[in-house]
Amino acid sequence: MTAAVTTAPATTTRGAGKTSRRRSAVWLGLTPFALYVLLFLAIPAVLAVGSGFFSSAGAFTFDNFSALADPVITGDLVATIELSVVTAVIGAVLGAIICFALLGTKPDGWLRTAIDSASSVLAQFGGVMLAFAFVATIGQQGLITAWLTTTFGWTDNPFVVFNNNGPLLYQVAGLTIPYVYFQVPLMVIVFMPAMEGLKATWGEANATLGGTRFTYWTRIAMPILAPAFFGSVILLFANSFSSYATAAALISQGGILPLDIKGALTSETVIGKANEAGVLALAMVVVMIVVMVGYSFLDRRASRWRS
Amino acid sequence: MSLEAQVAPRAGKTPRYGAEPSKAIRRVILIVAGILFLIPIGAMVQFTLRIGQPAPGQAQPLGFQHYLDIFNPANELTYDQLFQGIQNSVVIALFTVVIVLVLLLPTMILVELKFPQLRKVLEFICLVPITIPSVVLVVGFIPVYSTVAQIFGSTPYTLAFGIGVIVLPYAYRPIAANLAGVDVTTLSEASRSLGAGWGNVLWRVILPNLRRGILSAVFITIAVVLGEYTIASFLSQNTFQTALALLEQQDPYVAVIFALLALIFAFVLLVVIGRFGSVRRTRRAPRPRKAPVNP
Repeated sequence: MTAAVTTAPATTTRGAGKTSRRRSAVWLGLTPFALYVLLFLAIPAVLAVGSGFFSSAGAFTFDNFSALADPVITGDLVATIELSVVTAVIGAVLGAIICFALLGTKPDGWLRTAIDSASSVLAQFGGVMLAFAFVATIGQQGLITAWLTTTFGWTDNPFVVFNNNGPLLYQVAGLTIPYVYFQVPLMVIVFMPAMEGLKATWGEANATLGGTRFTYWTRIAMPILAPAFFGSVILLFANSFSSYATAAALISQGGILPLDIKGALTSETVIGKANEAGVLALAMVVVMIVVMVGYSFLDRRASRWRS
Repeated sequence: MSLEAQVAPRAGKTPRYGAEPSKAIRRVILIVAGILFLIPIGAMVQFTLRIGQPAPGQAQPLGFQHYLDIFNPANELTYDQLFQGIQNSVVIALFTVVIVLVLLLPTMILVELKFPQLRKVLEFICLVPITIPSVVLVVGFIPVYSTVAQIFGSTPYTLAFGIGVIVLPYAYRPIAANLAGVDVTTLSEASRSLGAGWGNVLWRVILPNLRRGILSAVFITIAVVLGEYTIASFLSQNTFQTALALLEQQDPYVAVIFALLALIFAFVLLVVIGRFGSVRRTRRAPRPRKAPVNP
């Protein structure tokens, strides 16, 4: 998919007539970037997805796709999607509430600068450092965990034992909490422009026509914001779905698809597992493409009210 | 909004027509959110101050012991890998910034000036890395990097090529927003007609106008590189994040101290971007600054 697009600049011939030689010289200016994208984006993407179609000996095969019939893998795929949906919805709702609170604040004021910067940092915060933060908060020895056990005497709180399976934080369900921590700031970043697009005149028009603030929200603001909101939910879903580092730092193996890819790639006991990673990668890309097509559709709807 | 402000002074009780929340509601939401988001950060701070295990029924003893440990020469060996990782990450960040400035930026300007019909294609290419999870890309990076290693040797610095791809969407957006606000075509035609060569046009007209976008792109690039874990860990290179993950096994306290420092550093970096004025709000809006065509 990407290969076709990235090579396009190099093959199209547009310049006609007397300027054609100069234009082809200008075309050359695009080649360094085109080459870079080809080598480090297109080729790796094709290799990643393509490797699923080959055996470890290099022969073309569909055998690796049996991985998708493995109940462990399908279970993990479902768990990954569930985790992504739950954290996307929670993150979107909480983030939208924060955006609402920020309406009417000066865009260049210190409050907005601080919140914008904090949101950017925290949205990028996924990974090892985020894992540290939550180990220190709700890990076995975490601040909140200790507080619940010592102050309230609640020694079997979910942060100590969840599902008879050790602390909540080290299970897939527990990933919800750190994931929401980076989803909410991302929602603030992506949804705020849509919120700011609500024009004051619409509120005034509503008031002149005898509407209340309730009708303003239910009949004007919410329908207008809906496409942007659902578009943001999709973006948040994609963000959770592709997140790897946080989970890797908290869970040693399996449970969600990105960790299965790691498991397949680093497996030293089973030969040929590395090509299974290609199949898992393909599965992830398929989910992402479906999701992104939905996003571009909603984004087009949402942009109608921008400008 | 500005009209409302003119009609009624801020202090007066004006009926609210639009979407804005009341002051009290705004305060409650922001304070609750602020507290919830500060708890994990606060827990990290408290964690770095912990000394030993609390005796049963006693409070956790706190102190600055772990901060002093960093400077203790006896621990040099323990932290050696971390400092090496930080150093590697800084060099990788530098190389990645060079990739953004030498490969992405000129291409964006060229497309804007000469091939506006390719704008959509370039945007699509630059946003693709958001769609492809890093874990997926890494599956393809492994064979690519075995070739790269034959050419450049297996140094951590070559990670800049891979991370440069991850950075594309983040670097593209501020520069694109800036380009949209500045009419580079008119600017370059004007300076060309006044006798400037292309070098002059680029250095003295276009780049100064794109300063904010470029600066944002550079800062965000640095922040992304310092936080990158997936690619480095799969390609078994030592960077800041992979070293942190390793150090956590040996000395979790110092690992968390450095994580906190990195967070503060990134926050300050982004506040600086914010103070430079965020470019994204000026999208497609004519700037008063570049308008003095009429005397």
